[in-house]
Amino acid sequence: MTSTLQREAPVPFLAPGVLFLIVFMAIPVGLLAFYTFFTRGRFGGIVFDFTLDNWAKLFEPLYLGVIMQSIGMALVVTVLALLLGYPMAYGIAGLSPKWRTVALVAIVLPFWTNFLIRTYAWILLLNNAGWVNQWLQGLGLVDEPISMLYTPQAIIVGLLYMYLPLMVLPLYASLQQLDPSLREAATNLGATPWRAFRTVTLPLSIPGALTGCIFVFVPAMSNFVIPELIGGGKTIMVGNLVRDQFFEARDWPFGATLALVLTILLVIVILVQNAVSRRLTEGPRRG
Amino acid sequence: MPTMRRIATAAAGSLALALAATSCSTGGDATETLDPNADLSEQTLTVSIWADYYPEDLAEQFEAATGVKTTIVNHTTNEDIVAKLTASSDPGIDVAFVSGQYAQALGEQGILAKLDKSLIPNEENLYPEALELAYDEGNVYSEPYAWGTTGLCYRPDLTGYDPTSWNDLLDPKPELVGKTTMLSTDRWLSMPALKAAGHSLNTTDDAELEEAKAQLIETKPTLLAYDDTTFYSKLVSGEAAMVEAWDGWCNYGIAEDPSIKFVVPEEGADLWVDTMTVLESSKNKEAAMAFIDYILDPEVQTWVAENILYKVPNKAAMEALDPALIDSYPTLGITVDELTQQETIVDLGEDTVKYVDLNAEVLATN
Amino acid sequence: MADTTETTAPTTTAMRELDPDARPRAVRRPRGILVPLWLGYVFLYLPILVVVIMSFNDSENLFVWRGFSLRWYPELFADEKIMQGLVNTLIVATGATAIATVLGTLLAYGIHHFTRGGLIRAFAIAPAILPDLLLGIGLLTFFSLLSFSLGLQSVILAHAVFATAFVTAIVLARMANLDPSLEEASRDLGAGPVRTFVRITLPQLAPGIVAGALLAFTLSIDEFVIAFFTTAPTQPTLPIVIYSMVRFGVTPEVNALATLLLLVSIVTVIAAQRLTRLTGSDR
Repeated sequence: MTSTLQREAPVPFLAPGVLFLIVFMAIPVGLLAFYTFFTRGRFGGIVFDFTLDNWAKLFEPLYLGVIMQSIGMALVVTVLALLLGYPMAYGIAGLSPKWRTVALVAIVLPFWTNFLIRTYAWILLLNNAGWVNQWLQGLGLVDEPISMLYTPQAIIVGLLYMYLPLMVLPLYASLQQLDPSLREAATNLGATPWRAFRTVTLPLSIPGALTGCIFVFVPAMSNFVIPELIGGGKTIMVGNLVRDQFFEARDWPFGATLALVLTILLVIVILVQNAVSRRLTEGPRRG
Repeated sequence: MPTMRRIATAAAGSLALALAATSCSTGGDATETLDPNADLSEQTLTVSIWADYYPEDLAEQFEAATGVKTTIVNHTTNEDIVAKLTASSDPGIDVAFVSGQYAQALGEQGILAKLDKSLIPNEENLYPEALELAYDEGNVYSEPYAWGTTGLCYRPDLTGYDPTSWNDLLDPKPELVGKTTMLSTDRWLSMPALKAAGHSLNTTDDAELEEAKAQLIETKPTLLAYDDTTFYSKLVSGEAAMVEAWDGWCNYGIAEDPSIKFVVPEEGADLWVDTMTVLESSKNKEAAMAFIDYILDPEVQTWVAENILYKVPNKAAMEALDPALIDSYPTLGITVDELTQQETIVDLGEDTVKYVDLNAEVLATN
Repeated sequence: MADTTETTAPTTTAMRELDPDARPRAVRRPRGILVPLWLGYVFLYLPILVVVIMSFNDSENLFVWRGFSLRWYPELFADEKIMQGLVNTLIVATGATAIATVLGTLLAYGIHHFTRGGLIRAFAIAPAILPDLLLGIGLLTFFSLLSFSLGLQSVILAHAVFATAFVTAIVLARMANLDPSLEEASRDLGAGPVRTFVRITLPQLAPGIVAGALLAFTLSIDEFVIAFFTTAPTQPTLPIVIYSMVRFGVTPEVNALATLLLLVSIVTVIAAQRLTRLTGSDR
């Protein structure tokens, strides 16, 4: 490209956006980081009294426990989404182009209904007096309603439901890009369909799977609405802890600390994913 | 170490409080020169109330009566409104409805204006007891809107008996496991455990709080859920058999299922008061006082009792209440004496943190 | 989401379109391959189906079917809180989209022409990746420090932050496919950078800008977490109204609302499909 463009163009174009993001993203996030070293004010806000307690508090078993539990639950959700989403994406990739579009739209469509309403729909379903229990009892499968709502399992179902489309889409994208001739070649060389899948399709779809895992893990980890509404307040995740520090406990510095730790964890996960998928995509070429 | 932290926090906090007090003293003391003849139609009013806690046409009614252009907005919890009130120096709200202990704390912080009683003649309609409540004696910063207590709201057909003690909730019979809910907000989470053990619900004694915490953690697995907002529907739908409930909210369940009953456990409970306060930052204080006065009109406040089914501290209003309503909703019949025997929730200043920590720990423990 | 459909590999699609039945045997899927897909759809649509059906239920009780009725639809429109929430949401989405579209387009252009833009690119796209929770409390803290009063204006600014990131990303993607020779020609003929941008680049970028603006608008309409932290209790957006309705006990109006929202989505999708088919033919 021409060097004149490079020299003149950037500044007037970049300045407004960069400035805006500095003021409304970098400074607020920096402010949070700064607040983590100070003491809470009585009604929220902050008292400028230096302390490392907020960081020390993270390692109290109680809070460490909530963080570990959130990671655990987000992982379970991610694995379930992969197990359910992979065959779905694989199925869609095999459809005729016309049906493929319909199938994809059908995956995305629930996403456009307000997510709170979708969450509440699960309350209608899983409630002791809810539809699933009514059906089970109607079919004579159970006598007493089964308690399904307000359990950690219900939270996992709710999160899985919320983020499954985010797993299917990138998986579909990577499966779709596979060259069918590769698989053909494998079968022509005598590989069984399963072996062809395992040696050709599966490895090449891993980057898509990794992206999907990130798309599911990251929001699942910080969601606070689903644990509250579907979990009955009995199981709390990091997101709830952060929210409660701001609106119930009024401990902004500790809330800020938790949110930053959450972000750092997620950034690490994303960096690892990036590194892994780069190695994977570069690998075959070198070999 | 934790104690060191608490002391440091407390010291820093009181410094901040002192600073806040001095910086706000200009507004706080000056029993401001409010103009009794101010042209109210020149003023506008923004009132923040809990949702569904007032007549739908309240703004129009008040506007018709006084000419003040009124906007009513909603908040969901005390924490919610207090956070917004303290987050900025001018939250754009003139009158805020908060529970008594919050009115106390906000008043001490200089966030509330002292009420100008000359503009609130309807205060005389209140029960004398309603002027001597521990969180704001003499109603300096707040006038009561509704009051009540907390107890067990239950369905006798599902419990099979009439509970009498907080222990019926804290240590439920095996057949009630998974069929009870507790409040999780603020002081109401710890209240049953503190009262059951014979402690004050305003205690700041670490050992007593520790004891309550242990009890609550033990109770947690027996609960269906923590629920501050829909517990009465859970009774109606039969999901729950017994719930910790504010008396007025239990009535919402009774309205749908008259077999539902309410009892204040024998160990006693709280006296909570929802109050009306005026913000120091308000530029429409005359209109704000007029609004409070308007609410204290017996006819207006009767509406609260009749429609919200909460008791109101307004003697004239309660006496005007239809006895048939009290028959249907026995909690409305709890007398002022019975009510004022319960312990008033007061703000604990820096020790509030102890309750905040207790709640966090109970809710985060599996 | 919009991206994914576009990444459909053209070669495979073309091959299959030529002769779908000519697929070699090995590629034909084993029987039952679609079973998980159908199960997935049941999982995704069962809750939505329940909500839609219950929106026509005559009973107030959400767990009992009492007969067909349309009563919740007029009640929905009579519900001032929901309608006000809807208005607030539209104001916020419009404001945030306007800011984000301008800033995002400029940013994308600047980044594209700025060879050392790696860092700035990452910075501009960061809000799309940062947890919404962090952005929400960060802005709450920031606004509170400045005593900036919370309300629709603070939500607009907050939403503009992540919306800018999405617009930048999409316009950048479009930018990569542009033919730089047109811009160069314009410059060679003596047009200044601004003139070149307005006359040459903008028209070419238009589809990307529109796509970015639409995405920003859609995301803003449904955004809950950031709005939850940055709005005033006086001016809730629709998701916040719904949140408090769900928390405080749902009335069947919510079912009617959900059904209508779904309907709007479906109509939009079909319209968008028709539109791309129309415009797609000339590509």
